[in-house]
Amino acid sequence: MKARVHVTLKNGVLDPQGAAVRHSLRALGFDGVEKVRQGKIIEMELTETDAAKAEEQVKAMCEKLLANTVIEDYAVEIL
Amino acid sequence: MRAAVIQFPGSNCDRDLAVAFDKVSGHNKQTQMVWHKESSLPQGLDVIGIPGGFSFGDYLRCGAIAARSPIMRSVVDFANKGGYVVGICNGFQVLTESGLLPGVLMRNAQLKFVCKDVGLKVETTDSIFTNEHKKGDVVTYPVAHHEGNYTADAETLKTLHGEDRVAYTYTNNPNGAMDDIAGILSENRRVLGMMPHPERLNDPELGGVDGSKLFESIAGSLVSA
Repeated sequence: MKARVHVTLKNGVLDPQGAAVRHSLRALGFDGVEKVRQGKIIEMELTETDAAKAEEQVKAMCEKLLANTVIEDYAVEIL
Repeated sequence: MRAAVIQFPGSNCDRDLAVAFDKVSGHNKQTQMVWHKESSLPQGLDVIGIPGGFSFGDYLRCGAIAARSPIMRSVVDFANKGGYVVGICNGFQVLTESGLLPGVLMRNAQLKFVCKDVGLKVETTDSIFTNEHKKGDVVTYPVAHHEGNYTADAETLKTLHGEDRVAYTYTNNPNGAMDDIAGILSENRRVLGMMPHPERLNDPELGGVDGSKLFESIAGSLVSA
């Protein structure tokens, strides 16, 4: 079973990297970009075969390591 | 004074920190180096240093992997029992990731690695790390980091100020840190995390001795047998 975790900065947390990407996109002529937020995707293959149990495990991983919940949100997809 | 320095793959200020501890430790009290895979600490320690560097290549988040290494469970226990811990630069990041200190060190606001000497104001003398200073003293320490932008929610900041737990502020903020915060103390005032490097300005040969006072403060407070 595969899982995909999206880690993003919480709303309201300043994202200087996203702002730099937006500036660069504008410089390339992509004028319609109002805001960019940068995050990361973590994919994993699990031995668990039960989707609900897998989701529970991955959420625990997010809380313990994959995300810093002081500044980051996470979303778990079981594929 | 019995000191130990924790070493992670990618630590690069571990030896400097050990030299700084050795200098104030007195007769044959050699600082002990402890590898991250160890699960227990040497007996009888007074203070533990978490050094600067790029532990685990800064993978995932700065300090995140190091904070979950086997030895850090013992360091957290040591701190929770009232032991003294100082984390410098990457060490500060490890301490926030391990939950011993609140907040987080984010990417510098201007997205640049900053490597220079900065002015620091001593905001509290109520700790073993700063008690040789006078409140408001300005010292110069080097900084060298890409993620030193101290960030915490409004409530945490209010608590830090209210409990006199901001140890140092920048006189000229180099990284966007909230309220110019360069170093903070834990609730019991026994854990210090700071971005600047006192161990790198601790000998006239290195260009100055401003950093020595922090180590002298620690040694002066921890007179052990």
